[in-house]
Amino acid sequence: MKRTSHILVENNDPSAAIRRFLASLLALDSVDAVLTPRWLSEKTVMPALINDPDQLEQADPCSPAFMMNSAKLVSRLTRKTPGGKIVAVLRPCEIRAVKELVKLKQAETDGLILLGIDCPGALGNRDFQALAAEGTEGLGNRFLRGVIPDAPAEFEGRPISEACKACEFPVPDGADILIGLYGADLNEKLPVQSNTPSGNDLLDDISAPESEEPADRKAAVDKVTKARTARRDAMFEKTAEQVNNLDKFADYFANCVNCYNCRVACPVCYCRECVFNTNVFDHEPFRYLQWAKRRGGVRLPADTAFYHLTRLAHMSTACVGCGQCSNACPNDIPVMEVFRLTAHRTQAAFDYEAGRNIEEPPPLSVFSENEFTGIVGITKR
Amino acid sequence: MQKEDPTIIAFVCNWCTYTAADLAGVSRLNYPKNVRLIRVMCTGMVDTQYVIKAFLEGADMVWISGCHPGDCHYINGNYKARRKVKLLKEILPLFGVSPERLVLTWIGASDGIEFAQTIKQLTDIAREQGAEAGGAA
Ligand code: SF4
Ligand code: SF4
Repeated sequence: MKRTSHILVENNDPSAAIRRFLASLLALDSVDAVLTPRWLSEKTVMPALINDPDQLEQADPCSPAFMMNSAKLVSRLTRKTPGGKIVAVLRPCEIRAVKELVKLKQAETDGLILLGIDCPGALGNRDFQALAAEGTEGLGNRFLRGVIPDAPAEFEGRPISEACKACEFPVPDGADILIGLYGADLNEKLPVQSNTPSGNDLLDDISAPESEEPADRKAAVDKVTKARTARRDAMFEKTAEQVNNLDKFADYFANCVNCYNCRVACPVCYCRECVFNTNVFDHEPFRYLQWAKRRGGVRLPADTAFYHLTRLAHMSTACVGCGQCSNACPNDIPVMEVFRLTAHRTQAAFDYEAGRNIEEPPPLSVFSENEFTGIVGITKR
Repeated sequence: MQKEDPTIIAFVCNWCTYTAADLAGVSRLNYPKNVRLIRVMCTGMVDTQYVIKAFLEGADMVWISGCHPGDCHYINGNYKARRKVKLLKEILPLFGVSPERLVLTWIGASDGIEFAQTIKQLTDIAREQGAEAGGAA
C-alpha cells in the first residue's frame, strides 16, 4: 500500500520545493484548500486555510514557529463535514492530537488529508518572535540546515523548545502523506511517502514519480529518535524529583495565576466547558475566610494544585507531548514536563499511546470485566 | 510516625456499601469513627477530581466501595470506577501519595459485618502509616 516518491529540490531551496508540492496538490480538482503555516506580514507564522495558489507563496511549514497546535483548528474545520477536501500540513504531534480528537468525536477524517513533514522541532513562541524580529530572510531553510539531521539543542543561539528536544516522534507515521527530511539530501530531493489509500490516490493524481527511500533515512531517524528519547528520560528523572510530594508539586506551580492558558492551548483538553470555569469553583466568599482560619492562610488564587492534578487525571492519557501548555504559560512554568511525565506513566498503564492508532479507544472510555483485579482490596505500604 | 486520628474519606455506592453501612448500624456493630461516608448513586460517578480534592485537603486515605462485579445497579459503573482507580494509582504516587492510600473494595448490601471490619482495617493501616509530606493545599 505504501508508495514512495520524491520532490525535487531546485536552487538549494527545500522550502520552495515543499511549497511547489503543496501547489500541485491544491491544483487538483479533488483538493479544495491547504491548511498550512504561512508568514503573516513578514512578522510571524500562523496557520492559514489557503485556497488561492498565490497565497501558498507565503507558506512555510518548516519554519521554527509553532504558535499553536493546529489539531484544534482541524477540529474546527471538520467537526461537521467541511464540504470539500482539505490537505492539512501538520507536525507529528499535531497529527497525533487530531487522531485523539477524532476518537473523541471532535474531528472527522472524511475530507481530510493529513500531510506530515518530518519534524525539525520548533522554538518557543517568544524565542521565535525574537528571532523573526531580527530578519526572516530564508528562515525556513536556515532552520532546516541548522537542525537536520542532528537535532541540536539550539538554533542560532536560541533554545529549541523543551518539548521538541525530548520528543521521540520526529516522523509523522500517522500521516496520509509523509515528506521526509531526515536522511535526505536537502539540496537534491525529499522523499514522499503515502501511507493510506487516500494518500496514494493523491500521489497518483499528481503523477508523482516512483522513487526509493533514501538509503540513509532509517539510520538518521533512529539516531534522532534515540537522542531525543535520552533527553526525554533525563527530563523525566529531573522532573520526577521536583514534584515527588504534594508540597513540592504546589511549589512547582507556585507562579501559576490560574489563567488556564495551558488548558486552552492544549489540543486534547477536550471538554467544551471546563469544570474549573463553572460555578463549582465560584466559591462562596465565606469559604475563603474559613480556609484562612482553618489553615492560617490560603494561597490565592485557590485551587491551583487541584486544577493541575485534575487536568492530569482527565487528559494525560491523551497527551501528545506537544509542549503548547508550556508555550502558553505567561509565567514560564514548565508545564509540559509534568504532563509528559505523568502521561508516559498513565499511557503505559493502559498499554496506550496517544495518537498511535485511530482504532484504539481512549483508556477511560472502555473497560472489561476481568481486568485490574489486583488493585481491588486493601494493601499495606 | 504514627497518626492517632487519621481521616478516611469514603465514597460508597447507594445500592450496596451504603446499605451495608446501614445494616452495620442497625446491627449495632462497632467501628472506628475515622471514616467520613459520602453516599453516591454509583462508584462510576466518582470523578477523579473528588479523590484528588480529598487528598489535597489532607485525607489520609480515600476509600471507594461499590457492588461486586456483575452486581452494579447500572450494569457497569463499578468497572468504570476500577479504571479510574487504576489511573489514580498511577498518577498519585508521582506526587508522593502512595497507591495504598487509595482503596477500592466491593461490599454487597448484606455485608454489614464486612463493612465494619473493613473500616477497622483501614483505620488501623492509616494509623500505622502516619502522614506523608504535603496535602493541606
Ligand atoms: S498537556 Fe501540554 S504537552 Fe500534553 S498535549 Fe496538552 S499542551 Fe501538549
Ligand atoms: S498557563 Fe501557566 S499560569 Fe496559566 S494556568 Fe497554566 S500553569 Fe498556571
